[in-house]
Amino acid sequence: MGWQRKVLRVDLTNGTVREEPLNMEWAFQYIGERGLATRYLMENMDPKVDAMSPENVLIFATGPLTGTMASTSGRYAVITKGPLTNAIACSNSGGKFGAELKYAGYDLLILEGKSPRPVYLHILDDAVEIVPADDLWGKSVWDTEAWLKSTHQNPHLKVASIGVAGERGVHYACIVNDLHRAAGRSGVGAVMGSKNLKAIAVRGTRGVTVDDPDRFMKVVKEVNALLVDDPGRKGLTKHGTNAMMASMEEFGALPTRNFQEVQFEGQDKINHRGVRARNRNGHVNLITNKACFGCTIACGRIADIDHNHFTIVNRKEYWHASGGLEYETAYAFGPVVGIDDVDALTFAGYLMNEHGMDPISFGVTLAAAMELYEMGVISKEDTDGVALNFGNPEALTVMAEKTGKYEGFGQVLGLGSKRMCEKYGHPELFMGVKGQEFAGYDSRALQGMGLGYATSNRGACHLKHDTFEVDMDDQSGNGKAKPCKESQDFVAMLDSTGLCLFPASAWGAPQFQQMLDAACEGDWTEERILECGERTWTLERQFNLAAGLTAADDTLPPRLLKDPAPSGTARGKVCELDKMLPEYYSERGWTGDGIPTRDTLDRLGLA
Amino acid sequence: MYKSLLIDPAKCTSCLQCEMACSYEHTGAFNPARSRIKIYEFEHGRYAIPFTCTQCEEAWCLHACPVEAITVNPATGAKDVHEDVCVGCKVCTIACPFGAVNYDRETKTVVKCDLCGGDPKCAEACPTDAITYVDEEWTGYERMRQYAERTHQFS
Repeated sequence: MGWQRKVLRVDLTNGTVREEPLNMEWAFQYIGERGLATRYLMENMDPKVDAMSPENVLIFATGPLTGTMASTSGRYAVITKGPLTNAIACSNSGGKFGAELKYAGYDLLILEGKSPRPVYLHILDDAVEIVPADDLWGKSVWDTEAWLKSTHQNPHLKVASIGVAGERGVHYACIVNDLHRAAGRSGVGAVMGSKNLKAIAVRGTRGVTVDDPDRFMKVVKEVNALLVDDPGRKGLTKHGTNAMMASMEEFGALPTRNFQEVQFEGQDKINHRGVRARNRNGHVNLITNKACFGCTIACGRIADIDHNHFTIVNRKEYWHASGGLEYETAYAFGPVVGIDDVDALTFAGYLMNEHGMDPISFGVTLAAAMELYEMGVISKEDTDGVALNFGNPEALTVMAEKTGKYEGFGQVLGLGSKRMCEKYGHPELFMGVKGQEFAGYDSRALQGMGLGYATSNRGACHLKHDTFEVDMDDQSGNGKAKPCKESQDFVAMLDSTGLCLFPASAWGAPQFQQMLDAACEGDWTEERILECGERTWTLERQFNLAAGLTAADDTLPPRLLKDPAPSGTARGKVCELDKMLPEYYSERGWTGDGIPTRDTLDRLGLA
Repeated sequence: MYKSLLIDPAKCTSCLQCEMACSYEHTGAFNPARSRIKIYEFEHGRYAIPFTCTQCEEAWCLHACPVEAITVNPATGAKDVHEDVCVGCKVCTIACPFGAVNYDRETKTVVKCDLCGGDPKCAEACPTDAITYVDEEWTGYERMRQYAERTHQFS
């Protein structure tokens, strides 16, 4: 148990739905969620196909711990080929949708083909129907959720949907669930749109059981106690992830104005203190914190915007609370575009959720457009008359809305930074890896982060490894390969359980092992679960190699490799990727060209 | 002297640990759909309100039941539904002014909060003390005390 042992397979081309038993042999090798869905993806599609073609396969996956009382059990992952990266996409989300899908009785939902017309999927336990969505196409994520709940007269429905950005193929469109949680990265929303699938509405009443309930409840109690006392957890509850901004500023790892600088003079207005400050009208941005399903941390922020703020003063439809600033959004709409207006950042965040876009990719793409604008490569003639200077909050909010609605210059921004910079003849201004934009950490100050960015299977990503500690201790490229590899395997395991990354500040492999061993049949040791993580990582690599990626894609932009950090603790340093990468390949048991050796594949059962 | 569930919505993060704990206690599975306590969210999650039976002294549900399937548990004061007696007529779900008694499709009876026999699992599971189990006279006094404390700060 833990698993529901059931897969729901939907053929959108032919409009058919069928259930099949979960492949338990694979479940024992890949645990669930990220790993298991990767195994299914490999089996069900050719990695070479166009990400936006009907031949791409879109998988929603829960883990064996999803929907249990283990803290942070609300996670699900979307696994597909990403249009932003042409690599495997692995986008993880919280909220309440994932647990509901599991309660409906499914570990995996596999969507194949392309519907001839717009549709949505309506799931009530084992009653599943594909419903015409002509009335929904063109609606925002927020309107879609309201429409579905009201049309089905079911306030308990949980909805994951795309906005116009996903319908029109914005390269970093995401899938939003529960209004402000998202499978955010790599353009998984564009894949959903390419399949003419607007939304998935689910209600599950089947429940989830575990293998040894008494032991499971005892273990959960013990590991939760560790989390309660953990300083990292306390910080997340109190300040959310945005506490990171002040630390990165101090360290000199806060990417500013498209990575030209590493510290931002306006950060105090938008960091964890900025959101609590009273503005001249007496308004405070942050209201409270809220949790995803099952989560005892509650890092999520709820905020609202001053009604007198220029963005919404004449738009009463936005006079309400919604998801507030977490760190990556604050970074992508703040330092990297040089903006310090907390309500403008928050409004742009609302727009990302409402229209279904990844804030990191949007913000970093806008940053490159701003650099192009200030260089004189593009002008107001290109940008619908908007001055795209760094620091202009109106440029942020107007362009966020235009991109979300796929209008004017928003269509160019919707290409993502890599394609846009290539279009204007300046590929060197793209700040990312494999077509995906960087998160808010500069790898000249955090060397292991640079290695993690370069080698992440889904393109630049801060969430698939964790080398913060060694990066802070030593700002050279020495000794980063091993912790990078080991943490990648650990996170791949963790992402396969159905839980969130954040309890990892208090939990290591022993805690995950104890929960898995109590919840799932079979004998789960620490060694075995970590091997599942390594197997998953390697299989993702195999997908990418089959898709045509090579070691040449494991690289960073010249700005990080050649231009020294202008200030901060790493002043004068560049990212030493050339030193770390060969060491990393060797740690992994890969050739110098980044290809897993026969021995490595044999050891992991992937030959 | 009985104890009551004291609910403080301002502390609720909407994590639904209470719904899982309740359903696990009563059904053996983690299944919020069958929980007897519910969290309702408003305004994009700004407000999250835990809601369940408050065990009325003069219980409408108990009086409405035509087969006396609802009785007072002398140990806890809870109004317990006896599933073996309940005929699933649902009159109690209409009688309850708060909607805290509900029909369960699985058991084909009504279900409601029974305070887990005096050890409510929702309160135990709540990570923020939004749900606590306190002396029944304290449910209002605690809020009074909080307001008194604020007044004290300005006096």
